Parts: sequence; structure tokens; C-alpha cells
Amino acid sequence: MGAHHGPAKGLTRWLFTTNHKDIGTMYLWFSFAMFLLGGSFAMIIRAELFQPGLQIVQPEFFNQMTTMHGLVMVFGAIMPAFVGLANWMIPLMIGAPDMALPRMNNWSFWILPPTFLLLASTLLMDGGGPNFGWTFYAPLSTTYAPPSVTFFIFAVHAMGISSIMGSINIIATVVNMRAPGMTYMKMPMFVWTWLITAFLLVAVMPVLAGAVTMMLMDIHFGTSFFSAAGGGDPVLFQHVFWFFGHPEVYIIILPAFGVVSEVIPTFSRKPLFGYDSMVYATSSIAFLSFIVWAHHMYTVGMPIAGELFFMYATMLIAVPTAAKVFNWVTTMFKGSITLETPMLFAIAKVFLFTVGGFSGLMLAIAPADFQYHDSYFVVAHFHYTMVAGAIFALSSAVYYWIPKWTGKMYNETMGKTHFWISFIGFNLTFFPQHFVGLAGMPRRIPDYNLMFADFNMMSSIGAFIYGSSQLLFLFNIVRTITHGKPVTDAKVWEGGTTLEWTVPTPAPYHTFTTPPEVK
Amino acid sequence: MTQTTDKNIAKLSIKLLGLVVVMFAFAMWVMPPLYNALCEVLGINGKTGQQYTVVDSQIDTNRTVKVQFVAQNNEAMPWKFAPNTSQVEVHPGESAHVTYYAKNTQDRYMVSQAIPSIVPSRAAEYFHKTECFCFNQQPLAAGADADLALQFIVDRDLPEDIHVITLSYTIFDVTEMAAKQDSVAAASK
Amino acid sequence: MYLQARRLLKLALSPVLMLLSLFSTGAWAETGARWQTNMTPGITEVGHKIYDLHMWVFYVCVVTGILVFGVMFYSVFAYRKDRHPEPATFHENTKVEIVWTIVPFLILLIMVVPATKTLIEIYDTDDAELDILITGYQWKWKYEYINPTGDNVSFFSNLLTDGAEIANTEEKGSNYLLEVDEPVVIPVNKKVRFLVTANDVLHAWWVPALAVKRDAIPGFINEAWTKATETGVYRGQCAELCGRNHGFMPIVVNVVEEPEYNAWLAEKQAAAAEIKALMAKDFSLDELVARGKNVYTSSCSACHGANGEGGVGKAIAGSPIATGPLKGHMEVAVHGVSGTAMPAFGSQLNEVDLAAVITYQRNSFGNNMGDMLQPVDIYKFKKGQ
Repeated sequence: MGAHHGPAKGLTRWLFTTNHKDIGTMYLWFSFAMFLLGGSFAMIIRAELFQPGLQIVQPEFFNQMTTMHGLVMVFGAIMPAFVGLANWMIPLMIGAPDMALPRMNNWSFWILPPTFLLLASTLLMDGGGPNFGWTFYAPLSTTYAPPSVTFFIFAVHAMGISSIMGSINIIATVVNMRAPGMTYMKMPMFVWTWLITAFLLVAVMPVLAGAVTMMLMDIHFGTSFFSAAGGGDPVLFQHVFWFFGHPEVYIIILPAFGVVSEVIPTFSRKPLFGYDSMVYATSSIAFLSFIVWAHHMYTVGMPIAGELFFMYATMLIAVPTAAKVFNWVTTMFKGSITLETPMLFAIAKVFLFTVGGFSGLMLAIAPADFQYHDSYFVVAHFHYTMVAGAIFALSSAVYYWIPKWTGKMYNETMGKTHFWISFIGFNLTFFPQHFVGLAGMPRRIPDYNLMFADFNMMSSIGAFIYGSSQLLFLFNIVRTITHGKPVTDAKVWEGGTTLEWTVPTPAPYHTFTTPPEVK
Repeated sequence: MTQTTDKNIAKLSIKLLGLVVVMFAFAMWVMPPLYNALCEVLGINGKTGQQYTVVDSQIDTNRTVKVQFVAQNNEAMPWKFAPNTSQVEVHPGESAHVTYYAKNTQDRYMVSQAIPSIVPSRAAEYFHKTECFCFNQQPLAAGADADLALQFIVDRDLPEDIHVITLSYTIFDVTEMAAKQDSVAAASK
Repeated sequence: MYLQARRLLKLALSPVLMLLSLFSTGAWAETGARWQTNMTPGITEVGHKIYDLHMWVFYVCVVTGILVFGVMFYSVFAYRKDRHPEPATFHENTKVEIVWTIVPFLILLIMVVPATKTLIEIYDTDDAELDILITGYQWKWKYEYINPTGDNVSFFSNLLTDGAEIANTEEKGSNYLLEVDEPVVIPVNKKVRFLVTANDVLHAWWVPALAVKRDAIPGFINEAWTKATETGVYRGQCAELCGRNHGFMPIVVNVVEEPEYNAWLAEKQAAAAEIKALMAKDFSLDELVARGKNVYTSSCSACHGANGEGGVGKAIAGSPIATGPLKGHMEVAVHGVSGTAMPAFGSQLNEVDLAAVITYQRNSFGNNMGDMLQPVDIYKFKKGQ
């Protein structure tokens, strides 16, 4: 294909495209669709928990909802959304014409829609969909699983392959295709965080694949990896899972760190403070993520030495994370700040993620975790990090870059409205969950004692508010594309300094066919 | 794109693919045995080691350790299964012998596997079994019963602050699993 | 140093504390209060230590948060473009960066010390005066009191809450979903050791007031201990997702004075002996049906419906098993049906209750078999005779 003609027309453009911008767009739309799907599962959960008693769904279906909500949000919404951003922005930020492996890029996207169709269809199968939680602990997910578990395993394998291909592509791009003069220590922070994330993905997605393969063998081929009867151990599953699972949560959060590290300097009109230490902090977080996994398993009955080791290592993560937060705050300090929607989301992300970080520090304290573990306190904690940490960063990124993608400016009033409704709705949903968790409400239960009723109702109302604010987000995006005010300035934002702000707006189908010179 | 870039991309991708394969192999074939080895060393889940050969039979008569026995039936395992002695007091280094009673209450042949677990788990590495019915699967004919033997020594190096050791056996119904293994063994002959 | 730092912090935070005390409630006796916002210190020394640790870490977080967010929001306020049009250009300062790597590290150190101490204490399960083996089942708990000299006392503890309350057709009681038919009873001021395991999938035994949470793992045994310092009724729930009725397997602990405990245990032992005696007795059909109705309500109705109409389990009304040969009915009840949710009740119900519930099922819900089983029949069946 010649390098200088525009996109093909019609459906084939999208099916066979190898253009990083097309693929990025598809990833972003796909992840938004999954966000709405996973969100509607959450709405069902919150509707059932609106009041004590069983009103809307039966416990069996409730368990499928909590499971699918987690799986769809983690693997369908957040991860593909960041891959979409990576596809769109990494070549633009490092001055590359496209991704290093464009055809593989196409495959890694097109695996996803059928995979999630399959995963969602398990809900209609005999015995229902996965009902064992997104952490799918054996033996509930093996000996006691519904028949659809085999399809679930297949879906996890497919997602894993997609992620691995995507990550290899990102690493190959960043390592080989930087513009002349763009040394590693000159790369935008978003590129750095994604490079480290991609390494994490390549290292741990195969471990997840290993975990589900062992499940598959236990279910169908008579092995006993996770069954004590044949000499295995259900706890082994948890070790393998969290060996994947803990790096996985950093896979989700590191690109979000990258986004705010771009947005905050832009709207503070001041360079990112402590760039070098940001790179080192991100790398140490990634490294530490490999040696803290068992803090998810304090109550499993580990030897005390193990318990202490994982407690200390986990607390250590607070150090680089705190450094990052201090750096962001110092970037704003003595800047010249304006509060457009991307900046609002970025500030809220730093604020709320840090709150989640504090509760994470509390959870790291092993003896106290005997009270927190598997309670709603944990649910509150990881939603502060996942929703405020990752989804707020994603909203910020979309508002930040949508003028560059479309050549149109979003509606600022609507954007700010979206922000404030999200912010209020989010906190109303998840802050009270700290309280019910501390008061003794376990997670993943469809019904509860009256003592938890008030905060749960509050939480549900918050969830409906937060959920509906996302429809406003969708409307704003569509409206921007169809009716947005055209932007022609390459820079879009006054404070934009990275390479993507040097190409015309909207970004043409092919950019940087001759590499820029970075000084 | 220049040719060298293409080459570098290919090289790097292959290396990364190699890492993927290595990590998958790590999860499948390294983690489970590594975990089991760690379990035995650290006593995770109170797992005990394999058959022990006595190296030194000195008895520490200054200390007495209480060893408790409990029994569990997993899931639908219908056998009657219980320790004949609920606890014994032993000196570290001294060999003790106890039995568990098992009865197949069904009108069919069944095979069981007993899984030991010790608390406190840090005592596990000091609990040596010189003979145990848990080393093998235990078959019982319909309606048959048996006293299953366990012989053990508590190590003289048991930490001073441990005074009670509880040994639990959970029996699992492995009739089907055993039949499968037999047919595999027969087929391979 | 830790204590001093604590005192200083408490002083500095007294306004926050006052605000918090508005919300926090005392002990978690009976069911906790609505609007409870904080962890219970519970009724054990370890629980109080955990609570102190929790509050200490919380204060540290609050102070750090106030400082960091203070600077952040001050910057957002003071360095807005209209007030501060010319941004500064500094973007690194090695000294500052090193300092704020070291400071969090030091803050962590003052948390690590008390955490480690408490953890070591929690792990010291030795020298308990009473051992209770707790087994998680889908979806109930079994308690077995280990008796060094004779038979162990054991019983199941089922959810007591009526299905009508869950279905919102009846008003919910204050212990909704936190009430059981047979609570576990422990003496006050005695070190009690719990041996925790599971029969099928993973469960976790959690009672906040005792500050005990332990995973129950099939095939393996875990331990925890408690020493309750106050009598009362304390409630908790299963904390590890264990399938459909994960939210419906509560835990109730009765902490009583020692004489009361001894009397209770003696009664339990007598009841077990009575069951043995009952096995020798011949029951009338009416006696069996009356007893069986209660057994049905606690053990069967959750799956088979209050009127035998079925649900998760098959309908009993008109079922080929309940209206077929007695032997087939016993087979299903005693051994369960593998691959389904029907458990083997042979290991969960005694012979008298099994005979009663089978007889009840054959003579209720429109089933009119007129036949009955005596406990001894079940006994013989279990023996394979």
C-alpha cells in the first residue's frame, strides 16, 4: 500500500486497516461500548443492593453480574482503552509514521470483539455465565463451575493473546521507531509509562494464560493442580493468579499516570517536575509489583515470615507512588493554571487516586487486613484506584486529545458538567463503601443486614448518577464529532509541548512520514 | 522505514515472544512444583513431607508435646472416618503409633486419599511420618473397614514455644481418579 | 517514639476525632448500629490492637493527605492563569526529590513496628484451652468441639432468617441475615483456638468483634484464636465468595460465662446421647412428620421450596423419588446426587432427623405415601445392610 493516499472506503477500511489511528479509534470505541456494558452490569448490582432483601435478581445471577462486571471493565474497557490511546498517541508522540507491526496491530484488535461476544454470550448458556468472581478462585471456578467456564477460559486466552500482541507492538515501536534525537530520557511520560506497562503485560499475561490452562486441565483432563485430592492445592491458584493480578493492577494504572503526566504540565503551562524521578518511580513500581502479590492473601494462612515480607514490600510501594504525587503537585505549584475539562479530570484523578492509595496503605498492614479483607472497604479501595485512577484519567485523555483526533472542539460546558456529575456521583457511590466495609459488610453479597441499608442506598444513588453522567460523556463525544467547533491550530492547547501538537489538526491519516528532528 | 529498523523490530519481537513462552512455562511448570517445594519447607497449609527415615533416635524426655488428631470428610465422601485416639502426648524424638478408623459404608468398592495438614504450620517441618496411610490411596471393598496406621516422630528441634500440634486428615473420594489412572497404566503396558 | 508520635497526632487531630466520635459506635454487641462508619474494636485485646493500628494508620494518612492536598488545592487556587500569568520554569530539584523519597519511608517505619508486633501476637495460637474445628459448607457452618477424652460435640449452624423476609413479603427483623439456628458457644476469658477448614469450596470465617478472619480451604486446615473479654452475642458472615448463597451463611457467636458454657456443653453431649437412644425407639407417623417438618425447614426448603415446589432443587411434591421406593429416597437423601447441588445429608443429619424428614416428604405437599422410616432403618441403610 502506498504511503500517501487516504483511508479506504466503507467497512473494509476498518476490517483490514493497518493504520494506527484507525486501530486506535476502533479500540477506543470498542472499550467505550464495553464500559457501557460493564457499567450496566454494575447498575444491576447497585439496583439489587439499593435496599435489603432480594428484589430484582436472584443470588445466582447476582454472582454472574459481579463477575462479568469485573471482567468486562478490566479486560474489555480499561485495558483496551489505554491500548487505543497508545495506538493513537505513541507514534504521534515519538515522531513515528505508524506502529512497528501494523498487521499484527489489526489482528490484536479484531480478536477482541468476538472474544467479548463469546464471553457475554455465556450469560445465556445453560447454567449461566461465570459466577465465581473476576478472581475466579478454584475450586469454585473448577470443580464447582457452570459448564460455560470452558468458554470463559477460551475468552481469557484470546484476550491474553490480544494484549500480548498489542504489547509487543508497543515495545517494538518505542524501541525502534523514535524520531532522530528522541532519546529515551526525552520521551513523553505517557510513552514511558506505556513502555513499562507493555513489559509488565508481556511478563504476566502468559502467567494468566498458565492459570486458566491449569484450570482447563483440572476440569477436563483429570489433573489436580488445584485440588487437594490429587495432591494439588487451591491456594496455588491464588498465588498464580495474583502473580499475574498484582502487576495487572499496575498495568491499568501506569498509563493513567502517563496521561496525567501529560495533562497537568500542559494546563499548568510548566514542564513536568522531576521527569527523571518519574521514570525511576514508575520503574520501581513495576518492579515491586512482582513481589507483593500475596498481600491479596493475608487470610489464607501464610507463614508469618511470608506475611511480614509481603507487608513490608507492599508498604514500600508507597514510596515511589508518593514521589509521583509530589511531582504532580509541584508541577502545578507556581504554574499558570487553567481548568479545562481534561485538567479537572486529571486533578480529580490525582486527588482520588491518592485517597485510594491511602486505603491501599491501610490494607497493606497485615493485622488490620484481617478486618478489612474481602469487605466493602476493599471494594471502595480498588474503585478509588480503578475508577478514579484509571477511568478519570481516560476521560481526561479523551477531552485532551479529541480536538487533535477530530479537528473539532468538544463543548466545554458539557465537559465540565460531565466532570462535576461524575465527581459527585463517584464519591457518593464509593465513599460510603468504606464505612459499610469497616462496619462488617462482606463483598460480593446480594443482600445485607439493615444496619448497612442507609449507606448502600446512598451508594446506589451515587452509582446511578455516575452511570448516567457517562451517557452525557457519550453525547458530548458524538456531538463533538458531528457539530463540534472546528479547530485548526496545530497546538490546540497553549501549554502543549509534545510532538503530537506539531502535526496539523485534525491529525492527517498519515503523519511523520519523514521523521521530525528532535533537539 | 529502513531495512535495519525492520530487522531490529523482527529481532525484538522474537525476543519478546521468547519471554512470553518463558513466562507461560514458568506459570505452568515452574510455579506448581516450586510452590509445593516451598510448602514442604515452610509448612504452608501444614503440608508435611514424604516418608521419613530415622537418622537419630535420641529422645528428649524433658519436653512433652501434645499431638491432636482430627478427621474430615470432603464433600460427598460417605465413609466413616475418625481417629481412634483423639490425642497423644509424646516426647520429641520418640516414635509414636496411632490409627484412624475407616469404613466404606457403601455397597460398592471405593478408593480414598487422605490429605494431611498440620497446625501450627511452622510445626509441619518438625513432624516426621515414618509410616502413614496418606502416602498411598486406600481402597476398601463394599462395607469393609480398616484401621489405618500412622507412625510419627516429633523432631527434637521443634521450637520451644510449640506445645500442641494438631494433625488433620481430610479424606477425598478418588475412586474415579484411581480407575482412570489404572486404565492409563493398563493401556501403557 | 511511636507512642509519643501518636499522642501528638491525637492532639493535632482532636477536631477530626470529635467529628468521628459522632459517627463511631461502641461494641458490636447484637447487631451494629445503622450509620456505623468505623471498625469495631471488638471484645478482644487483639481486636483493640488492630483497631488502634487501623486508627493510627488512618491519622497518618489524614495528616499526609491534608498536607499534600493542601498544597495541591492552594496551587490550583493561587496559581490560576488570571492571577499568575507567568509560570515558573523550574522542573527539578534533586535535593527536594531525595527528601520526599526519604520522608514517606520514615513514615512507613513508624507504622511497621506496631503492625509487626500485633501480627506476631495473632500468630501465637499455642496454649489454647478449647479447640473448635470449624468447617465451611455450601452454605452453612459446622462446629466440632474437640473433646480430648470422649466423643466430639458437633453440629451445623444454618441461616435462620425466613425466606419471606428475604423475598420482602414479611418485615425484616433486626438480625436479618445475621441469625442462625444454632450459634457457636464459647466461654469468656478463655483462649479459644479455631481450626478452620472447608468441605467443598473456599469460605472464610469472619467475626468482626472477635477480630478473626480465616480462609477455610478444602483439604487443609488453618488456625486462629480469640479470647473474648465480654459476654454477649456477636455476629459475622462468610467472607469468601463460595457460590450462590455466599451472602446467606452467617456466623453467630455466643460468649458466655464459663459455668453457662459447661452447662451448654453438657446439654449438647446429653442430646447426642439422646439421639443414640432415639435410634432404638419406634416413632409414630405423626411424630416423624412433626419432627421432619422442622428438619425440612432448616435443611431442605432453601432449595426445594417451602411447599416442596422446587427451586434450585427439584420439586418434592409429586416427585418420582418421594413417591417411589423407600430405598431410592434414602439413597438420594443420605448420599446426595453427585454433580448437582444436592448434598449428602448422611453426614449432616442424624439418623432420627433423616428418618423424620424423609417420612415428612413422603407424606406432605400432596404426597400421600403413608409409609415411614424408623431411625434404625437409616442406620442400617448407612451401614449398607
